Amino acid sequence: MKFLIATILTALLSFATALFLPWWIIALVAFIVAAVIPQKPLLAFLSASIAIFLLWGFQSYLIDQQNNHLLAAKVADLLFHKKSYLLIIIVTAIVGAIVSGFAGLTGSLLRAVIVHNGRNKKS
Amino acid sequence: MRIFLLIVSAIITIVLIFLLSTSLSISGSKTPRFGAFLSPQNGFWQNAEASNIDFNEKFTSARLDGKVDVFFDERLVPHVYAEKENDAYFVQGYLHAKFRLWQMEFQTYAAAGRLSEIMGKGKAFLEKDRFFRRLGMVSSAEQSLKTLEANSVTKSELDAYTNGVNAYVETLDPAKYPLEYKLLDYKPEKWTNLKTQLFFKYMSYELAGFDSDFEMTNARSIFSPADIEQLYPIAPDSLDPVVARGTTFQNASHIPKKPGNADSIYFHSSGISNSTLIPQPDKNNGSNNWAVAGSKTKSGAPILCNDPHLGLNLPSLWYEMQLSSPTLNTYGATFPGSPSVIIGFNDSCAWGVTNASRDVKDYYEIEFRDSTMQEYMFNGKWLKSTFRNEIIKIKGEPDVTERIAVTVLGPVMYDKTFPNVLKDGKYYALRWLAQDTSNELLAFNKLNHANNYADYLNAISNYQCPGQNFAFASKSGDIAIRQEGKFPAKWQRQGDYLMPGVDSSYAWQGFIPNSENPAMTNPARGFVSSANQLATDKDYPYYLAGRPFIYRGIIINRWLNRLSNITVEDMQQMQTDTYDVFAEMARPLLLRYLNQQDLSNDELSYINKLKEWNLRTDYNEEGPTILDKWWRRLQKEVFSDEFAKTALPMRTPDNSTLLEGLLRDSTFKFVDNISTPRVESLRQIVSASFKKAAKDLDTAKQSDYLIWGKYKNTGLKHLLNIPSFSRQQLEMGGSLNSINANFRNNGPSWRMIVQLSKDTEAYGVYPGGQSGNPGSKYYDDFVDDWVKGKYFKLLFLNKQEGQNSDKIKWKMTFSKA
Repeated sequence: MKFLIATILTALLSFATALFLPWWIIALVAFIVAAVIPQKPLLAFLSASIAIFLLWGFQSYLIDQQNNHLLAAKVADLLFHKKSYLLIIIVTAIVGAIVSGFAGLTGSLLRAVIVHNGRNKKS
Repeated sequence: MRIFLLIVSAIITIVLIFLLSTSLSISGSKTPRFGAFLSPQNGFWQNAEASNIDFNEKFTSARLDGKVDVFFDERLVPHVYAEKENDAYFVQGYLHAKFRLWQMEFQTYAAAGRLSEIMGKGKAFLEKDRFFRRLGMVSSAEQSLKTLEANSVTKSELDAYTNGVNAYVETLDPAKYPLEYKLLDYKPEKWTNLKTQLFFKYMSYELAGFDSDFEMTNARSIFSPADIEQLYPIAPDSLDPVVARGTTFQNASHIPKKPGNADSIYFHSSGISNSTLIPQPDKNNGSNNWAVAGSKTKSGAPILCNDPHLGLNLPSLWYEMQLSSPTLNTYGATFPGSPSVIIGFNDSCAWGVTNASRDVKDYYEIEFRDSTMQEYMFNGKWLKSTFRNEIIKIKGEPDVTERIAVTVLGPVMYDKTFPNVLKDGKYYALRWLAQDTSNELLAFNKLNHANNYADYLNAISNYQCPGQNFAFASKSGDIAIRQEGKFPAKWQRQGDYLMPGVDSSYAWQGFIPNSENPAMTNPARGFVSSANQLATDKDYPYYLAGRPFIYRGIIINRWLNRLSNITVEDMQQMQTDTYDVFAEMARPLLLRYLNQQDLSNDELSYINKLKEWNLRTDYNEEGPTILDKWWRRLQKEVFSDEFAKTALPMRTPDNSTLLEGLLRDSTFKFVDNISTPRVESLRQIVSASFKKAAKDLDTAKQSDYLIWGKYKNTGLKHLLNIPSFSRQQLEMGGSLNSINANFRNNGPSWRMIVQLSKDTEAYGVYPGGQSGNPGSKYYDDFVDDWVKGKYFKLLFLNKQEGQNSDKIKWKMTFSKA
């Protein structure tokens, strides 16, 4: 359940903030969501990366559909010498996923460190 | 342990973000910042335009005086209806920016010598920038802007245009920047009036920026004056000039004097000591235009045709539009970067241009006292130089200052820090007509408003550089052509070579009065035409200093002499004609002197293909490739022995020179190979060159390049040379010597046919599309039709018709805020 909430929250907040802020806001969002919602580090990594993988993947997929694959194929050719629109959609999604994944992991680890230190102080 | 993991994970995250936010250098070129570039909400994805995009829009601005309606037809051509004329230019600026912002700015960066600022130093951008700075592009654009702004008509037109461009730029949020800005990672600047003048100066460079003075001077150090006349004749025999032979000209009102010492020092002098890559505009920049009188047409109305051949790029150089207000109604090809229609028509007339190809760019050798260039000898005195310091910004590197000495004869183009192609270590000042202040926009503004022949003459009298042949036709029945521009009155061969600059004796002594420019109005033959050939025969009292492109002129006039009852379809057929006159003249000569008996079967098969060829340079023909290879080999066989005397660049004699030399006299002096003891005959040389050409053809055959269309490889290159944004290997015929002149990245950049009947009937097409965005389907949607030689009917609508036309797909309204 937490996993699902974290994933949805990361995606939604990333979408909303990126309307006004630069692309790296996705990392900050993933970091904060993971720091607030307690999850095991590995799950935090997964939820953050899945969120952006789906967000960026879905957004670029939609744009590409409406564009009849015109520009995606040209950019894929420019970057990878392959006229594959699918390739550039996947690359887009993976790049976003890796960044947000590590940001989520960092957020979750930070939470763990703080919580752990808190417990140590109590005891 | 947890802390350790936290630190590692944080570092990875930060490093990832950092790397994705940095432009990386991979094999010499810079990558975009991948994070921003790939992000669907900010990056390139935002430029992927939906195929069903809606261009309807409402825009308000305090800078407008009234209301403007814009109707876009199905080809995305805007038809602009303004209540006030200046608002039409505002909207023209807005639309140029909306559809072509990156290109219009990029061109002015190139003109101003600022490419390093956005591209970095790599790939010789800095050298290019230095070249343009030294040409004096910025200072001459600044001077010309003063002239333009001193005229209230052009000032208010350009002000409105600039406001329109900026009105669009101000609305632009970074996510919506044109794709190229994201790739190169920079931002659009504010447009200024100066940028428009820079654009005009760039066109001057493209069309009047070619010179071969250094190459000719090198030739002079090797060849005798008599040889020079044979290798570089002033006019070819088969010339069919713009102004028909037999026309009488008035006596020259200004006779330039050849300096007394010219024979001894200018025509003979030697002493050339070694080559750098100096940019040169494409010498194949040429064009065709013609107008036929009503007496020769089926409808009885004159028809005007024009196809300017320029570098073929994407986004296209041209943007098509109609501009309309109570005081203006014009349609045609416009330059993103400038207001007004450049080539087009209005309610009463049509006009089109071809390049005059006259030499208005000369160099003077300056004698400086020492290498500090502080003082130079002029008319017996040491004069103080002035200096212009131009600061060139370089992306990611410190600025470079280009220090340019300026003399009375012009800025020093070449010196120790910027060597010329001959590497002679000398100083050369540049005198170039584009340095002079001028107001070309006024000429176009007036043409757009012209009602008749008198208005046309008055309009183009304001035109200076680059010199053009302005063809004209009107509904009242007049046709005319005039080589218009400001041309120095030169003595024979003045400025063909580098000139001495120690005194004023070699300086330009004045200009040809405008009234004495070559012109032809309503000739009895019923047509006027031009195709970059010399404007006149030798009866014209001034030295034309032009380069002889002759073959297109011959075939155009042959067509026009033959045709009667001309229709628009005839003109379309003619404009896309691939018949090659050079081949018609060269083939019999080659075949006549070929020893056929010692040819192998493979070699014979090439000869048979050449013999059977119908002289049309169509895509699938092999004949033109065979002829081209053979001719290149022949040129080498004939000239390479003489040219081997120098390692420095020399001007290659024109095709017409060699062909006519051989047709006149089979013992043409240069046929003999001077490095062998015996005397070679033309038969030996022609046969030997064919043997070599056959080997070249075998190679071409192996790589499947024997077919002419593949061999010539006509294509449209993106301005940044990005293959996936370009259209290469187009399936089309044509050759540089046929009317449908195209080769590699050069060809007809706009084809237009206008029949001036009661209701104007106009057709046009250009290789590109209305949008400059590689992510738009309107980026290159005209290309296939252009390749096939098809035309679009141009919708020249009044507002009422526009409102009701089913061809109108979108509407934009602009109103006063």
